[in-house]
Amino acid sequence: MQEIDNIVNGQKLFLKPEYQEVLKNKKQFEGHAGATNPEKLKEIATWTTTWEYREKNLAREHITINPAKACQPLGAVMAALGFENTMPYVHGSHGCVAYFRSYFTRHFKEPTPCVSDSMSESAAVFGGLANMKEGLRNCKALYKPEMIAVSTTCMAEVIGDDLDAFVKGAVTDAEGELDSTYIPAAHTPSFKGSHITGYDNMMEAIFKTLTPEGDVVKDEERINIIPGFESYLGSLKEVKKNSFNV
Amino acid sequence: MTAETLLSQQKAAIAEVLEAYPEKARKSREKHLGVDAPEGVKGACDSTKSNKQTVPGVMSQRGCAYAGSKGVVWGPIKDMIHISHGPIGCGQYSRAGRRNYYVGTTGVDTYVTMNFSTDYQEKDIVFGGDKKLKAALAEIDELFPLNNGISIQSECPIGLIGDDIQAVAKAYKKESGKPTVAVSCEGFRGVSQSLGHHIANDVIRDEVLGDNSYKKDFESTPYDVTIIGDYNIGGDAWSSRILLEEMGLRVIAQWSGDATYKEMTIAPKAKINLLHCYRSMNYVVRHMEQEFGVPWMEYNFFGPTKTTESLRKIAAFFDESIQAKTEAVIAKYTKMTDAVIAKYKPKLAGKTVMLYVGGLRPRHVIGAYEDLGMEVIGTGYEFGHGDDYKRTKEELSRATLIYDDVNEYELEQFVKKLKPDLVASGVKEKYVFQKMGLPFRQMHSWDYSGPYHGYDAFAIFAKDMDLAMNSPVWAHTKAPWESN
Repeated sequence: MQEIDNIVNGQKLFLKPEYQEVLKNKKQFEGHAGATNPEKLKEIATWTTTWEYREKNLAREHITINPAKACQPLGAVMAALGFENTMPYVHGSHGCVAYFRSYFTRHFKEPTPCVSDSMSESAAVFGGLANMKEGLRNCKALYKPEMIAVSTTCMAEVIGDDLDAFVKGAVTDAEGELDSTYIPAAHTPSFKGSHITGYDNMMEAIFKTLTPEGDVVKDEERINIIPGFESYLGSLKEVKKNSFNV
Repeated sequence: MTAETLLSQQKAAIAEVLEAYPEKARKSREKHLGVDAPEGVKGACDSTKSNKQTVPGVMSQRGCAYAGSKGVVWGPIKDMIHISHGPIGCGQYSRAGRRNYYVGTTGVDTYVTMNFSTDYQEKDIVFGGDKKLKAALAEIDELFPLNNGISIQSECPIGLIGDDIQAVAKAYKKESGKPTVAVSCEGFRGVSQSLGHHIANDVIRDEVLGDNSYKKDFESTPYDVTIIGDYNIGGDAWSSRILLEEMGLRVIAQWSGDATYKEMTIAPKAKINLLHCYRSMNYVVRHMEQEFGVPWMEYNFFGPTKTTESLRKIAAFFDESIQAKTEAVIAKYTKMTDAVIAKYKPKLAGKTVMLYVGGLRPRHVIGAYEDLGMEVIGTGYEFGHGDDYKRTKEELSRATLIYDDVNEYELEQFVKKLKPDLVASGVKEKYVFQKMGLPFRQMHSWDYSGPYHGYDAFAIFAKDMDLAMNSPVWAHTKAPWESN
């Protein structure tokens, strides 16, 4: 039981003898090797450290385990988050956006704004144009962004939504509400490349929208540094600092 | 604050928030917002629309069907390998995010915190990925021979391109002799993670409960119970289990936090199923009632008042010897919880709280806050249904703002208007409110603390709330140029 002057959580609570007893007692109902056959567990655990296991693991082709990569729209959201007064907008189902926001919030320990147009079964059948039309307007009305950076999820890509046409259609139908808003749009299918590719695709779309062709001013004194998907912001600070010294 | 001013403030807040929307969205959202009070005959809990399509273009906090199945129901089953079937993202984002505690050797006999994915590429989308899936299943069995089964959790493209994962699973099950289940929980299905729970429950019904291999040798006792709908977040199920065992009951299965496949199959042997998270697992306990004649009962282990009430309710189902032991358990722990209340209530009493969580918590945790003298003035569900809101009404102690599928914009506005002393929601909201200078607790993951279920856990809960609210840091949130 808890002591009032020393309230403990997590591991410290479960290491108390009464909880150790509970966990020991639970084993009789459990089916994993640790409960049913500790010898076997030891044997396999040792086997996983052998050269034979290493070779087997490296020969693996079809199942991906604990990869260090994520999918394209995550990168697209990251690219958009770097621009002032810009709302990342993901054309697809909202589960993806909930994941991107949790993932970045945990990493950066900062709020992560991003909206989705919540496509579901009906959009899978009829396409996501209706969602795009309503979504862009709602986003503009609530958050008043100067730019809405649209990327796609695998769902929108598989059903083949015509992104550029949808954005144009949505702007035309918006009764002027979206006329002064930049809306770059990038195809970012999750089944191609990774978050790195997604960042690049979104960045390209943003540049194309903000600097239409022919609108180029050459400046010998200045350079742009596009760091790609760099989630360690300290690095960017360092780049900025050093580039002034050049 | 008097009841009248609170109520009028809440109503004004709703009216103001709705003004920001274009007409179509406003019409939809106004049905999801309202105010309810314990004494009112018909309030928002009776009329709020829920489990409806989210308005496009807002920052909804909802997840998807895949999150409901892989992330919530199936993911914590520790000795099975759960494949995120489709492109790489979903498996990565849902990896080890829910703090489902378990005992085991990860990567050898248990796998909860690992990410297994079929990493779909363009060619798999074009030509179908059934062959790849079959090969992946074989590779898993070769590298992880101690797994007790594999579940295939579909991501969006699977249903759209028409892969037949059910057939692959069936064929592989026959070949390997091991449980292999396919769950069609594509993220675009339904309006939130709630449908994912339902789909996952249905697959447990069809594929797991019918497995009699462990039931044959199972020796029953008259005191066998299960814990259903506890995902062992921060060890919740363990701090619940200890109380039930001290009452003289035998907990034969835990669904699905720290569960093994065997525990999943023997659950129908229980005398009664004890249900904590109603939203995510009511489907399967209803099925067990019909099919196996196992009754079920909801309980609430947040805060001593509700825990004591629940323990007595559970004991009433059994004989007098259990009831006597239960009273002894209650007496033993009440001394400690009384001391906790005496220590923390003076520091927390009268502080107001706004909640926004999912599952059972928007109503279940109200009692724990009230035990500390704190006042809940707003609550809402990410993916609740009408029956959740009806159950919420019974927990209210005062005029309470009710918001269904509230989005970031609305929640922020409500908090600005009602100025609660604490906001309790999820990680996506955490820094939004902390940066507004408001104390915040994550009530999905217990903010990396916990457990929060049971008597021992209440002491942690009280300590955590005190830490969050009375931290000296809040005296320093004003910028130097803004002081005086």
